[in-house]
Amino acid sequence: MGQTLTEKLVARACGQTTVTPGDLVTCKVDLAMMHDSGGPRRVKPMLERLGARVWDPDRVVVITDHYVPATDDDSRQIVATARDWVQTAGIRRFHDGIGICHVVLAEQGHLRPGLFAVGGDSHSPTGGAFGCYMFGIGATEMLGVLVTGEIWLRVPQTIRLDWRGQLTHGLSAKDMMLAMCARLGMDGGRYQSIEYAGEAVRALGMQERMTLSNMAAELGAQAGIIEADATTRAFLAAAGLTDVDIDPWRGDADAVPAEHHAFDADSLAPHAAAPHSPANSAPIGDHGKVDIDVAYIGACTGAKLVDLRMAAEVLRGRRIAAGMRLLVGPATAQDEAQARHEGTLGALLDAGAELLPNACGACAGYGAWRFEAGTRVIASTARNFKGRMGSSSAEIWLGSPYTVAAAAVTGALTDPRLLLDRAPGLTDRGN
Amino acid sequence: MGKAWVFESSIDTDMLAPGPYMKFGIDEIARHCLEAVDPGFASQVQPGDVVIGPRNFGLGSSREQAPAALRHLGVAAVLAPSFSGLFYRNAINVGQLVLECPEAASIRTGDDIEVDATNGLVRNNTTGAVIGCAPVPPHLLTMINAGGLLPWLEQRIARGELQTR
Ligand code: SF4
Repeated sequence: MGQTLTEKLVARACGQTTVTPGDLVTCKVDLAMMHDSGGPRRVKPMLERLGARVWDPDRVVVITDHYVPATDDDSRQIVATARDWVQTAGIRRFHDGIGICHVVLAEQGHLRPGLFAVGGDSHSPTGGAFGCYMFGIGATEMLGVLVTGEIWLRVPQTIRLDWRGQLTHGLSAKDMMLAMCARLGMDGGRYQSIEYAGEAVRALGMQERMTLSNMAAELGAQAGIIEADATTRAFLAAAGLTDVDIDPWRGDADAVPAEHHAFDADSLAPHAAAPHSPANSAPIGDHGKVDIDVAYIGACTGAKLVDLRMAAEVLRGRRIAAGMRLLVGPATAQDEAQARHEGTLGALLDAGAELLPNACGACAGYGAWRFEAGTRVIASTARNFKGRMGSSSAEIWLGSPYTVAAAAVTGALTDPRLLLDRAPGLTDRGN
Repeated sequence: MGKAWVFESSIDTDMLAPGPYMKFGIDEIARHCLEAVDPGFASQVQPGDVVIGPRNFGLGSSREQAPAALRHLGVAAVLAPSFSGLFYRNAINVGQLVLECPEAASIRTGDDIEVDATNGLVRNNTTGAVIGCAPVPPHLLTMINAGGLLPWLEQRIARGELQTR
């Protein structure tokens, strides 16, 4: 019997020709990514206590995004620690304040098919969109990786989520994701490895594939992988990687996943998740009338260039509803620059959007952006847990960038297709 | 051994280690642990008490302050039918005992609970019931008993098993 892509990636990293799900293995880590919150400020004192150094500084990437721009002394201290530490530790791949870690990691060309990677953040499965095995770990476990270059793993089973057909205009990866959260629940992934497959997945650009891999975390999976193809290769070439060999990183045709679920893209309707869980997702029409106070296009999940373009498609030539706030925090400075250049950002700002920094912002719920008691928000972010983005009585809904933009225009949860032309969308979005 | 604290609604990492306190040390974070679901928990929980939760306990972020806050408060063990994988790894790394117990829901708040991690047994001294749990794999139990990954690495370095370049 053949091996799934998951099994091939893990086998390579643990130095075996094959692996069996359930076995405990020790893997060599090709890449370790940290951000300012779970990274240097936490691992530095532990490394000092051990008198240890980073096993291979060239395999480490540090990105500041959670506490930037710093708004108080504690935050300033956290970011300063990151800046100092990368110097002492000899880490050259340091990206300071240019965007959200998972998106920057891909944009800066650090990911390529075949890698076995860890990240100090729960949305690290995002890297799986590039045919890597990538998962999130906590700071102490990161310390273990930094000292040894290795990590233990229970070889995961493969769960294949297959999307037949084609998304229709006004639908996006986020809607696919919310539908999967509704069907499988937040522990449907059982901490195993999800492989997204099928025609509708292959039709997506890299940034939307990243949305699927990113929210593998919301399905409770360890990883969320997509096989590399010509689309991957083109994205990597644009990021400066022209020597990428994708051929070894395909699952065998006769590999049998432990679980298989089929979904239909043709009939998918725009979804929204009610508070306080992504699993509370349903087609928008099923939620009834929901008035909205704040619309938020943000996060690694929902504010990449492709997401800004979706929002602009709805908002171009329109104004947000009276009394509504629309917050837009482009995921990276590069995406923001491109959005500005091509007029996407202009369309959002003309509609009345307030521009936030290229950082986690309100999504993390750490800093200045906290939603007040009783506020009803719709966000393009990944999770809407009680109290995460503000007061525990703030109600956070989740939707695609199209859906968030539509709510900004009408002041209520709205099927974005009502505000879109019938022209095809997927091909315009690019990326 | 300790008193049971039963939580029936889903418990995520934002409840265990709330965002606004994440910039502070574990002392401050632990003071707000679970306040969104039980404002009295952090001030009343006693060392040796046991936290019981529903399935997929600790879902959400990678912040290890979530299990670290419980350990800081002296929680002896967390029992749940299942854990978020990331939370489970983090708990072991910070030395917090966690046990998968399919029948955890039979325990009531205030019950007197005794945990035998090696054999995967939980005794409810209030009702007399004994609940079977999935035993913690030996290599992980070693790490928990060492106090977590950091002291465990420290011991391995001291024994010369690990080079620190
Ligand atoms: S944007 Fe949100 S989900 Fe993404 S890394 Fe930042 S806090 Fe996490």
